[in-house]
Amino acid sequence: MATATPTKPVSDLVEATVRFCGDSGDGMQLAGTQFTTTSALLGNDVATFPDFPAEIRAPRGTKAGVSGFQIHFSSTEIFTPGDTVDALVAMNPAALVTNIGDLRDGGILLVNKDAFDKKGLEQAGYETDPLEDGSLDKYKLHSVDMTKITRLAVEGLGLSQKEADRCRNFFAMGLVFWLYDRSLDPTLRFIEKKFGKLPAVAQANTNALKAGFNYGETVEAINTQYHVGPAKLKPGTYRNIEGNLALAWGLVAAAQLSDKRLFLGAYPITPASDVLHYLSNYKNFDVLTFQAEDEIAAVTAAIGAAFAGEMAVTASSGPGIALKGEALGLAVMTELPMLVINVQRGGPSTGLPTKTEQADLNQALFGRNGECPMPIIAARSPGDCFYVAQEAWRIATKFMIPVFVLTDGYIANGSEPWKIPKVADLPRIKISHPSANGDEFQPYERDERLARPWAIPGTPGLEHRIGGLEKANITGNVSYDPVNHEKMCLLRQQKVDNIADDIPLQELDGPESGDLLVLSWGGTYGSCATAVHTAQKSGQKVTHCHLRYLNPFPKNLEKILRSFDKVLIPELNLGQLNQVIRARFLINTVGLNKIQGKPFSVIEIVNKINSLVG
Amino acid sequence: MSIESTLPVLKPADFASDQDVRWCPGCGDYAILAQMKKMLPSLGVPRENIVFISGIGCSSRFPYYMNTYGIHSIHGRAPAVATGLKSARPDLQVWVITGDGDGLSIGGNHLMHAIRRNVDLNIVLFNNRIYGLTKGQYSPTSPLGKKTKSTPMGAVDNPLHPLSIAIGCEATFVARSIDTNIKHLGAVFKRAAEHRGTAFVEVYQNCNVFNDGAWEYAKDRETKDDTTLELEHGKPLIFGKERQKGVRLHGLDPEVVELGKGISEDDLLFHDERAAEPSLAYLLSRMRYEDGFPEPIGVFRCVDRPRYDDEVNKQIEHSLKDKGKGDLDTLFNSGETWTVE
Repeated sequence: MATATPTKPVSDLVEATVRFCGDSGDGMQLAGTQFTTTSALLGNDVATFPDFPAEIRAPRGTKAGVSGFQIHFSSTEIFTPGDTVDALVAMNPAALVTNIGDLRDGGILLVNKDAFDKKGLEQAGYETDPLEDGSLDKYKLHSVDMTKITRLAVEGLGLSQKEADRCRNFFAMGLVFWLYDRSLDPTLRFIEKKFGKLPAVAQANTNALKAGFNYGETVEAINTQYHVGPAKLKPGTYRNIEGNLALAWGLVAAAQLSDKRLFLGAYPITPASDVLHYLSNYKNFDVLTFQAEDEIAAVTAAIGAAFAGEMAVTASSGPGIALKGEALGLAVMTELPMLVINVQRGGPSTGLPTKTEQADLNQALFGRNGECPMPIIAARSPGDCFYVAQEAWRIATKFMIPVFVLTDGYIANGSEPWKIPKVADLPRIKISHPSANGDEFQPYERDERLARPWAIPGTPGLEHRIGGLEKANITGNVSYDPVNHEKMCLLRQQKVDNIADDIPLQELDGPESGDLLVLSWGGTYGSCATAVHTAQKSGQKVTHCHLRYLNPFPKNLEKILRSFDKVLIPELNLGQLNQVIRARFLINTVGLNKIQGKPFSVIEIVNKINSLVG
Repeated sequence: MSIESTLPVLKPADFASDQDVRWCPGCGDYAILAQMKKMLPSLGVPRENIVFISGIGCSSRFPYYMNTYGIHSIHGRAPAVATGLKSARPDLQVWVITGDGDGLSIGGNHLMHAIRRNVDLNIVLFNNRIYGLTKGQYSPTSPLGKKTKSTPMGAVDNPLHPLSIAIGCEATFVARSIDTNIKHLGAVFKRAAEHRGTAFVEVYQNCNVFNDGAWEYAKDRETKDDTTLELEHGKPLIFGKERQKGVRLHGLDPEVVELGKGISEDDLLFHDERAAEPSLAYLLSRMRYEDGFPEPIGVFRCVDRPRYDDEVNKQIEHSLKDKGKGDLDTLFNSGETWTVE
């Protein structure tokens, strides 16, 4: 409908970034999600960055309560939600003051004028009205009576004023949809599905959405429409996916591919809770979710389920993982396969619950008593979570070991287009359980990978006892023998090291040698990839190496590191991977560190690259 | 004929593992282990379908000595491990072995939640009112004023009473026995095993090294008839060597009375283990020797209620029936999708 007969000039863009911001409760996440879905359906590549406060409802109109959702959409392949914003929607003064710094000069600024009253300005700390005082002159400012127009648009539907005002986000969406030449159809379908049982609400949201769209079409002050065409993605069927959903789907897929039931033991914690929420809805996929009384029960119940022969998973975030520490030692000692998912957030302690960080690498590597090695795999993007879940389970069962999966709040809540795989094309995960063969069963007998047999209760003749006390190798009997203990520590370490023979060699984006290697892991993938591409385009000899396997490292990593004059390690922590790399390989690496609860912008990494090879 | 007759007949020795039992000589745990081994064959459950799960402490070495499946887990977490196992595999018979420290201190939370969920577990709490494995600190069941290494001037924290806790969590089966009362102990284990839902059993257990004689009043031949009272469903609360004493209600409070002298059996409190309300069981759990009451042994409460492990699996079955077996391709392609040629 939008593209039929444009009445105003349409300007083609390669890409654009839009941010909706307002009070938490204003529906900014919904507005962002709808814009994302619509853009993805249009064939754009998209990357999103939802950013919301930890407080469910901070006092209305205050800076503490500002919630935002940023969408970067493009006709080319993109990897980040964008550094600067081309169009900003601010629903109130607090949202304006906290977000205006990210709007590029000349960018489009749409504000809800009705919220700029005396109280609103005071709450945001404005001494004069920014809409009047000229401070926003460098932007294309459109102050719109969003509240008033929305109320008029929903008049006669019998809504209270509060209910009417709740439709404001749909008005704002409609306006931005017009501005970027997007169809309203997906959102109209969404309204029908979500509010179909409340006809008045459905109609009100529809009216508000269309009012916003028509406002753009009609009002002379907004005189240009923008168009971002489809991106050339690989052929296939796509959907937009956020990280926690991809992770949940990856877990269900791994269970089916290994003919296992999925057992999730979890305790609610931001930003991991959605994994529990999603999986709770997949009971007909033979998924059992256990909302435990605490983090310790969540992981120990998973250990019980692993002993039972299930695909056992526990999902949490840093503080929850801290509580699970003792049990993870038990899982390592009992050599049971299970997955431990850490959707990282800002720490230490409760830290920044809704903000991202990748500062739990040390916790995953070392956060347990004794010599207690665990394999670690990290996802790099929302869609990648799907594959990481399956790869982790493959390793866990092949080596009989609990495996850490690291994602973070940025990946978990962010989204990107995801090429939908065919289940038949996914690699199967082969698992075997022993049965009695007449010989005495030895629960800690090992195969060539050093994995012990996964004998499950109910199997006659394989009765055995496991536990946290040190085991004698082969028999699994309790042993305090000093030499055996050292041997078992070495065996458990060797088992992890052996995984290096079972994972792919590290791949590079760029030449195999050069001036600079950018070494990254986890959610910084997108910013690093984009920054390195920028550097490569400007002729710099820079290569990107993104690690999925953090313990053990791929076998060729040292050779790669030694093939470059300099190694830069950008991390959203104070240098945790950097420290490991320096200690392991005795290489003089350079760190780029940020701990602001936010992902890297591309320019931050580009600037660092320039300072090293410029 | 019963199904049991078709199964291979197991003997107590079949349940013994090849590991040396390493409790202190004279420890009450030996008797408990012996009664467990003696009772299990009578259930007709194959050995491979039985799992013992424990936490940390002297009692928690128990699984190593049983020739079944078992996990010696970590401090206080056995009920949670067992909940995971039993939810995943309702076909298994799962026993949780714990102590007063493991179960009520570090693991109090998990114990409470396993009981309120009514997971089909048999939880046996060995209560010796002391920390044995860590060599003699006071435990959550130690009496006020108890002098130990960590309480040289006496404990000032009020003791917990395991059965009151369990009943407070709406336990569906609650019982008590004594390590040396072997016949009674075996019978209580059997009742627990046969109960569907969480069966919580407290066993008065003697630690002859760090807290010898803690339950002497309940064990001594001379005094036990006057200090304990064997509960029987539907029977009046009668005790004493000559069965001359009873317990009756005075308002909401129990009182000990002498039979005869105008008081007959009909005036006494009658035990009803199947009472829907847990009030009677709770009242019984509060009768203490130190307050002049006999302490009840036997089954305090045995009622039927939905079980967690059963219910979660039923939800899966219902979901499968309603929605059909989940198809991943369909799931992945649900919602808004688009195709790139």
